[in-house]
Amino acid sequence: MDVVNKILENSALEAEKFKSISVEKNLELEYDLGTLLAIDNNDFDLKLLSQRKNDYLLDLARDNTQLLLNQIWELPTERVEEAIVVKLPPQKTVLPRMKPVPRPRPLTKWQQFAKEKGIQKKKKSKLSWDEQLKKWVPLYGFKKAKAEIEKDWVLEVPGNADPMEDQFAKKIQAKSERVSKNELQRLRNIAKAKKVKVPRVGVMNPDVSSAKDLQTAVTVAKASTASLGKFQDKLPKEKEARGVAAITPGASRKRKMPPVSGTQEKSENLAIVESILNKKPKLNIEKAVARHIRSEEQEQSQEKQTSGRKSSNNRGKANAKKPKGGKGQRKGKSGGGRKRR
Amino acid sequence: MSVLQRVAKPKTRRGKRVLLKKEPQVIEGPKRAIFFKGRKSSDKLRSLLKDFYDFKKPDGVNLSRKNDITIFENVKPVEDFCRKHDAALFMMGSHSKKRPDNLVVGRMFNDTLLDMVELYVESYQGLKEFATSKITLGIKPCLLFNGALWEQSPDLQQLKSMFIDFFHREYVENVRLQGIEHTISFNATPDGKILVRSYKVLLKKSGMRTPRVELEEIGPRVDFSLRRTKLADEDLMKEACKKPKELKVTKKKNISTDKLGTTHGRIHLGKQDVMKLQTRKMKGLKKTSAERKAEKTKLKKVFAVNNEINQVVSPF
Repeated sequence: MDVVNKILENSALEAEKFKSISVEKNLELEYDLGTLLAIDNNDFDLKLLSQRKNDYLLDLARDNTQLLLNQIWELPTERVEEAIVVKLPPQKTVLPRMKPVPRPRPLTKWQQFAKEKGIQKKKKSKLSWDEQLKKWVPLYGFKKAKAEIEKDWVLEVPGNADPMEDQFAKKIQAKSERVSKNELQRLRNIAKAKKVKVPRVGVMNPDVSSAKDLQTAVTVAKASTASLGKFQDKLPKEKEARGVAAITPGASRKRKMPPVSGTQEKSENLAIVESILNKKPKLNIEKAVARHIRSEEQEQSQEKQTSGRKSSNNRGKANAKKPKGGKGQRKGKSGGGRKRR
Repeated sequence: MSVLQRVAKPKTRRGKRVLLKKEPQVIEGPKRAIFFKGRKSSDKLRSLLKDFYDFKKPDGVNLSRKNDITIFENVKPVEDFCRKHDAALFMMGSHSKKRPDNLVVGRMFNDTLLDMVELYVESYQGLKEFATSKITLGIKPCLLFNGALWEQSPDLQQLKSMFIDFFHREYVENVRLQGIEHTISFNATPDGKILVRSYKVLLKKSGMRTPRVELEEIGPRVDFSLRRTKLADEDLMKEACKKPKELKVTKKKNISTDKLGTTHGRIHLGKQDVMKLQTRKMKGLKKTSAERKAEKTKLKKVFAVNNEINQVVSPF
C-alpha cells in the first residue's frame, strides 16, 4: 500500500508543477472544429475590459484557445511522416462559394441528335493505308495535307461543268466554306449554351439555304409592308411558313399548353367529338321568316292560278318555274321546253 | 455577329488550361484576396493592409497603386480587379476628411459583389511593433469570436462570416497538432467596437496528453468600429451557399456498422405466399385429369371476361 500511496503523491506533486488545462465558463462555447473556430457567447467583464483591456483580452483568448485545443486533442490522430496529425470533422459553418456550382456542359446540337438516335462515336485509327500512294497517311495534320496534294495532282472535270472552270480553286473554295460553316455552328452552340440571343443570319445564298429558310424569308418579307402584308398578292398554292410569329410583324403567337394528364386529354378530345356530333344548325330568324312569307305568297298565287284557268296549261307542276339561263340540270333537247335562239 | 466574335477560343494548350481553371469547380481552393488603396491612404492603413496581406500571403495580392474608387458609389472597378486577379475577397483602405482611416472588407460571388462592410480603424499597432517571434507562413489559424453581440445584429453576423471567410484559408482534412500556432480573436464589445487581436500559441507541458496553452501577442492590434454596410442579396447569398450535388452525402438505407466496425445489412423480404408452399408430394394429393380440365376452362373464362372489360374501358 505504501508504494501506491507514494505513486499517487508523486503524481499529485507533478500535476501541481503544471498549470491546469481546465477552464470554467458560464455558457459553453460553440465549436466548429473543421474551421478551427470557437464562438464564445459569454458577456464581457466590463470592469476589467475598461481597466486593462489588452491583458483581459489576452486571458480571454487564452482560455478560449485552451478550450478549443482541448476539443481538437480529443479527435482521432494519425502519424504521417513523423508528425502527428489530427483528422478534422467537416466544416459546420456555411460559407459562400467563389463561383456558382458547375453545371453539366450543355450538349451541342449534334451531340443532342446523336444521343436521341443512339449514334455512338467510333474511334478512328490515326494512320490509314493509302492504296494509291502506297504509304501510311495520318488522319489529320500537315502530312495528310501533303498526301492530299500528291494524290489530287489532276482533277476530273465533271461532264456538265464549264470546261474553263478551275476545279482546284473550286475545291479550295468548297473546303473554306465547310470550315466557316463549322465555325458558325460552333459559335451557335456556344451561344445556345450561354443563352445569348443571336441575331438571325437571314437568307443566305440560295444554294446553301433550305426550302424552309426561303419560305420563312418570303413570309416575313411579305408581312413587312406598312399595312403588314394585307394587300400582298398570293401565288396559287402558296403556303405560309409556320412557327415564325416571333419574327413576323403583326403576327401574334398562339400557344396552347399540352394537356397535363391522360384523363384530361381524353375528356378534351371527347368534348371535341361531342361538339361536332351534337351540332345544331344555326337559326337565322330573319331569313326563316322571309322564306316562310314567300312560300305562303307562292301558295296563295298558285291557288289563284288554279282557280282562274283550270285546263289551259299542260305543263307539269315541276316545270312551273321559269327556267333560268345556264342554271340547273340540262336534260338535252328531247325533253322539250323553251326554244333557244 | 459582333456578339459572336467576342467568344475567344484558346489558341494554345496553356491558354486553354488557364480558361479551364477560371471555370466553376466542384471543390474550390482557398479564396484569393486582393489588398488595395483608394484615392488617398494613411500610414496606418498602409501597414494594416500589409499585415493582413502577410496573414493571407500565398493567396493574396497586394496592389501598390492608388485607385480612384469610391466603392459604395460604384463597385464596377473593384469587380474588374477581382476578375483580373481571380480573387473573391478584397480589402480596400482609404483616407478622407469625411471618412478617415477607412477600411472596406468585402467578398465576391461569380465576379460580382456579394457583400461588404466599412470599418473605421480607431487604433492600430502593427506586426512590427511587437518584438516577438512571428508565425510560420501560410498556417491555418484558430479563430475566436467573443461577445454575445456577434449573433445579435445582422451587420455583425455578416462581418463575422466575412472574417471567417477571410482568415480560415480553406478546409483541410488533416492538421498537424504542432502546427497550430496562431490564434486570431475578434471581440465585439457592448460599446460598439470590434477589437481584433492576434496571438502566437505556445504549447506547454501539462502533465497530460493535452498541452497547456499560453498565448503571446504578435500583432496587429486593431480596434475597429462599424461604418456603412452593404448586406448580401438574399437570393444571391442562397445561390452562393449552394452545395454541389457531388459533395452531398446521401444516406445509405439498411446499412449500419456496430461498435466493432462490422457492417450489417438488412434485407426486406416480401410476405411469403403460404398457398404456394411446396409440401410433401403424395400420390393421394395429386389432381385427377377431370379436375385439371375444369381448372383450365375456368381460367379461360376469366381471361375472356377480362378482355371484354378491357375493350369496353378503352375508348379508342
